[in-house]
Amino acid sequence: MSATLHRILILIRKELIAVLKDPRSRLILLVPVVLQSLLFGYAATFDLNEVPYALLESDHSGAAKDFMAQVDGSGVFKRVVELRNAKQIGDVIGRKQALLVIHLPPDFERQIQSGRGAVIQVITDGRNSNTGNIAAGYVGAVVERFNATWSEQHGQVRPPLRIENRAWYNTNLETRWNMIPSLIAALSMLQVLMLTALSVAREREQGTFDQLLVTPLRPTEIMVGKAIPSILIGIAQSTIILTLARFWFGIPFQGSLVTLYLGLVLFTTASVGIGLALSAFSATMQQAMLYTFVLLMPMMLLSGLTSAISNMPQTMQYLTLANPLRYAIEMTQRVYLEGAGIAVLYNDMWPLVVIAAITLPTAVWLFRHRLV
Amino acid sequence: MNAPSDTIVRSELPAQADAAAARSAVSWRRLRALVTKETRQLLRDKSNLMVGLFLPVVLILIFGYGLSFDIRNAPIAIVTDDTSPTALDVLAGFYLSPYFSVTQPTSMHEAQQLMLNRKVDAIVHLQSDFSRQLAAGNATIQVLVNGVDANRARVLQAFAQGAISQWAIKRAAAGEVSAMPVPAVSLQTRLWYNEANNSTYFLVPGLIVLVMTLNGALLTSLVMAREWERGTLESLFVTPVNSNEIIISKLVPYFGVGLAGLAMCLLAGKFLFAVPIRGSLLLIVAISMLYLLVSLSLGLLISAATKNQFLASQLALITSFLPALMLSGFIFDLHSVPAVIRGISRVLPATYYVEALQTLFLAGNEWGLIVKDGAVLVVHAVLLLVLTRLNTRKELA
Repeated sequence: MSATLHRILILIRKELIAVLKDPRSRLILLVPVVLQSLLFGYAATFDLNEVPYALLESDHSGAAKDFMAQVDGSGVFKRVVELRNAKQIGDVIGRKQALLVIHLPPDFERQIQSGRGAVIQVITDGRNSNTGNIAAGYVGAVVERFNATWSEQHGQVRPPLRIENRAWYNTNLETRWNMIPSLIAALSMLQVLMLTALSVAREREQGTFDQLLVTPLRPTEIMVGKAIPSILIGIAQSTIILTLARFWFGIPFQGSLVTLYLGLVLFTTASVGIGLALSAFSATMQQAMLYTFVLLMPMMLLSGLTSAISNMPQTMQYLTLANPLRYAIEMTQRVYLEGAGIAVLYNDMWPLVVIAAITLPTAVWLFRHRLV
Repeated sequence: MNAPSDTIVRSELPAQADAAAARSAVSWRRLRALVTKETRQLLRDKSNLMVGLFLPVVLILIFGYGLSFDIRNAPIAIVTDDTSPTALDVLAGFYLSPYFSVTQPTSMHEAQQLMLNRKVDAIVHLQSDFSRQLAAGNATIQVLVNGVDANRARVLQAFAQGAISQWAIKRAAAGEVSAMPVPAVSLQTRLWYNEANNSTYFLVPGLIVLVMTLNGALLTSLVMAREWERGTLESLFVTPVNSNEIIISKLVPYFGVGLAGLAMCLLAGKFLFAVPIRGSLLLIVAISMLYLLVSLSLGLLISAATKNQFLASQLALITSFLPALMLSGFIFDLHSVPAVIRGISRVLPATYYVEALQTLFLAGNEWGLIVKDGAVLVVHAVLLLVLTRLNTRKELA
């Protein structure tokens, strides 16, 4: 047993040296993680501000001025151009000068005062329908505020029905809070998978893997020795992202670090299992990398990172059940934002164990029985 | 050269210039041979074709059938301690809405458990004296959402608002005007270019961007690095082949694979997903070829500069694929990001390609935009090709 341990430790040491001795490799494991966390942390948000809009106003009444003051005062919109007639709408939207056009009808104030109510037209650029909808939603919020103020000031009947909105875990509904914790898992997986996939393939390409196989190391020991360095690197990367999320972006951490790290270890082990199996399957480094990539893309897209899993059709949802990243993202979000404990996260953890329990032995088997 | 030895000294400078010209002149015979070699190498390795042709098919299926920003059947819990007809009438909008799939736990505690376990995304709560309060003109409906996915939460809030407004409008129409005052201002929204509000319309152009980026940058980033690692580039150096020929021969086969990917995406977009093509198809193909050239040159540049497959693939991912997904304006709008990041996204070729494709597909031939995007891409292509050429000298490091 201790001989096994000794052999594994030696292999781990050798693997870590192989990865970390080249200063360029060290940089490529550190810099991108930090840069991408910052870039995506700021860029990957569905919250809008500085929405460029064009105004088509046929009414210069007091009510119209009040309304536009509320639009401009909301801090979300930036008026870029004022239109004189409706024909200009096409140009302004088509050329992307403005994301939306607000059109106040000619008799805006009169219609409000008559009690029939005025209708404001909002035309948004639907080339990205998601952004278009969000922007229209912001105008909707301004309209609601305007209506509330108006009825208060003009002594109208208060609406008998009021909706009280409250959001759990993320009171201000900031999309960044949802995105950055998911990056803890997603960004580290990108590199860990690639790194692991290359580990065996590189030795095969250079012919040193055969040498490794004739040493006293058993295939299982080789697997453990190759897996642990990658897991360590993955966890280290996750830690960097976690630190940035907590201290740079200032997103409050609600859960327990022990739970989070338990989950991350399981997730990284499952990813490393996939990487090793692919690596053992490939004949060259190029194959290992490209196969990894073929797998990585669907895993990223079907993980809930950019679009929610529950929006997908049922068959696609079943497919996501084999995706370790899906569980990891759900888990990191829930520990981080909801403060969920192991009892709740159990359902996200056991599939990761299953994935690791399938892929790691497969890798061991493939070490000696390569198919191609 | 048969010149006597003393003339060699004198003619050294012009001779060098001649030799340099000969080294950079492209010979069709050599080029054809090299292209054949590269094409065979590409076709021989199944992993190349996996990324070049199989992955686009997978992506088409995922983008067309999997990803969606359109919320349907969101699970919500309705807790009502009031079972009067009025209360049921108010809630009818939720039961009938295609956006919600309603469960009815018996208590608020049970509903909160469902939300904790992510079985529901929102809770709608009516208190026991709801109908009495409504008659008194002072009722409240509580809408609790799970805010972890903030975007989804906001959309659900809007849908809930909509379901309740519908009830109000219905009551007003039934003559109970005094019960529900007409709002001073109401909003009529139109989503231009995508009236059906179908997110596939912007996902498919985005898909083409990803496929072109993948085929271009990822595949070629490995090409030159592999030859450096294996030492086969050194063997090429001792042949009469020059650097220009090496670069061109490595671009041509991958350009072909990229075009095949483009064709698949366009066919799927048109016939499987019925995404409208309102601009000119010819322009779409032209600008795609331009972007493909940019992305291939970026891959070659990375490959020539790193001379190492792991570094090259990581750099290709980081500089081309991830930014194309996250920073190009394809999914996340660029108006709202900090100036530094907007600056970065303006340098990325993918940003211009996304803009051009979304416009050509959905808006039509907006010449101003298309010419600008095309010009930026030409600059990128020229710059990257020159840099690649400078990095591919026939000499050993």
